Amino acid sequence: MYPDNLYYTKDHEWLRLEGEEAVVGLTDFAQKQLGDIIYVDLPQPGRVLEAHQAIGSVESVKSVSDVYSPVSGEVVAVNPELAQTPDLINKDPYGQGWIVRLKIKDKSELNNLMKAADYEKYLEGLEH
Amino acid sequence: MKKTRLNAVHKEAGARMVEFAGFEMPVEYRGIIDEHLAVRTRAGLFDVSHMGEIIVEGPEALACVQYLTPNDAAKLAPGQVQYTALTTPEGTFVDDMLVYCLSVPDKYLLVVNAANTDKDFAWVKEKAAPFKVFVANRSDEHSQLALQGPLAQEILQPLTDLDLSQMKSFTFSFGKVAGIDCLVSRTGYTGEDGFEIYTLTETPEVIWKAIIAEGEPRGLMPVGLGARDTLRLEARLMLYGNDISDRTTVLEADLKWIIKFQKGDFLGKAVLEKQLQEGLKRKLVGFEVVDKGIARPHYPVFAGGRQVSEVCSGTFAPYVRKAIGLVYLPIEYTEIGTEFEIGARDRKLKARVVPTPFYKRERK
Repeated sequence: MYPDNLYYTKDHEWLRLEGEEAVVGLTDFAQKQLGDIIYVDLPQPGRVLEAHQAIGSVESVKSVSDVYSPVSGEVVAVNPELAQTPDLINKDPYGQGWIVRLKIKDKSELNNLMKAADYEKYLEGLEH
Repeated sequence: MKKTRLNAVHKEAGARMVEFAGFEMPVEYRGIIDEHLAVRTRAGLFDVSHMGEIIVEGPEALACVQYLTPNDAAKLAPGQVQYTALTTPEGTFVDDMLVYCLSVPDKYLLVVNAANTDKDFAWVKEKAAPFKVFVANRSDEHSQLALQGPLAQEILQPLTDLDLSQMKSFTFSFGKVAGIDCLVSRTGYTGEDGFEIYTLTETPEVIWKAIIAEGEPRGLMPVGLGARDTLRLEARLMLYGNDISDRTTVLEADLKWIIKFQKGDFLGKAVLEKQLQEGLKRKLVGFEVVDKGIARPHYPVFAGGRQVSEVCSGTFAPYVRKAIGLVYLPIEYTEIGTEFEIGARDRKLKARVVPTPFYKRERK
């Protein structure tokens, strides 16, 4: 459920490093908490984000929540499929449900993120 | 936190559990949208054992119910059910509820909202003091299951000795379901045909499992409180605390049809009569969000350049596939088609007053 090759945030985003770029999405835990996703509000490519800045938001039947950028960088692409089929985030959170692709500003920020084992421990703490 | 007798069954089924009205309840099993669509197109089974059951019994039970409620309980014969309210002297809601006529004029069952059971029981007991009645809170002894959807009758019939084809909407009978004594009524909170099954058994899971076994091959799903809320809102059924409360009158809630002014005195009558004569200043209306986005409870509502209220109920409606909701608007904005705005976090969403219910089933 939490692939080893990804980085994780406390806000339940994942990040996959691809050279100088990062693909960002929501974790399986996040999509389960949200439930059926209805709308995704995404940034325009070219937007420059600080780490922890809101990228956009996802809205499910139950609730709405912000998606935060795990690291600083520039948006180079957004997932075009999400406008029509936002529930790809539910169905395939680490694959077709990716949200944005960023050009990373400073790779050392990756050190602030969790690895899979730490994230799973963090989730256990949330669930008591 | 209280648990219903079906708690373990829900956990076994993998339900996500939440606290609601002091009970640990299933909010969803497979997902709100799938569960919602199952009820609209096939069938769904709900555990609603958290609902409150209050008995009013005694020679003046009818007179007491008549005084406490705006609808005309004298019209009920044994075996009939009525949607009504407990009203305050101000014509606002203590709660909305169903009244089951068990015996005329001496025995009535009030089925009330879980979150209000204790408040309602105290209210009814206090207001019933002048009447020759005995009021009892029987909520803990009762389990309640709701089987809802177009296939409800077909699924339930093999499990019961009652002839369901003869049971009309808003009536009930006593019979066995899966061999257990039950009260079965043709009622519900989804906008679909269906049944609500009340039982005093310690083992309601026998009934639950029998219905699941009979229904699953036909596409029945267990349904949690998440879809219960989206289903009832699509059908414009009220939720106490969201759409109606002790600060909204029965007329403002657009429930004039449950007020029978001719029947005699009842709590709130004078205020409601006056409000009817003078005209309403605000009214509950249904809306659709025109822009992309979902209006949620308490989002601010703007009309004519100022904030006029906040959203009562608001969600994405899975069957009609629209963001819908209910809101009290000043009367000048309540015409169908009137546009207004809803503040959704950092955005303003355009919304429009629409006719309700948002969904109405086709009657056979």
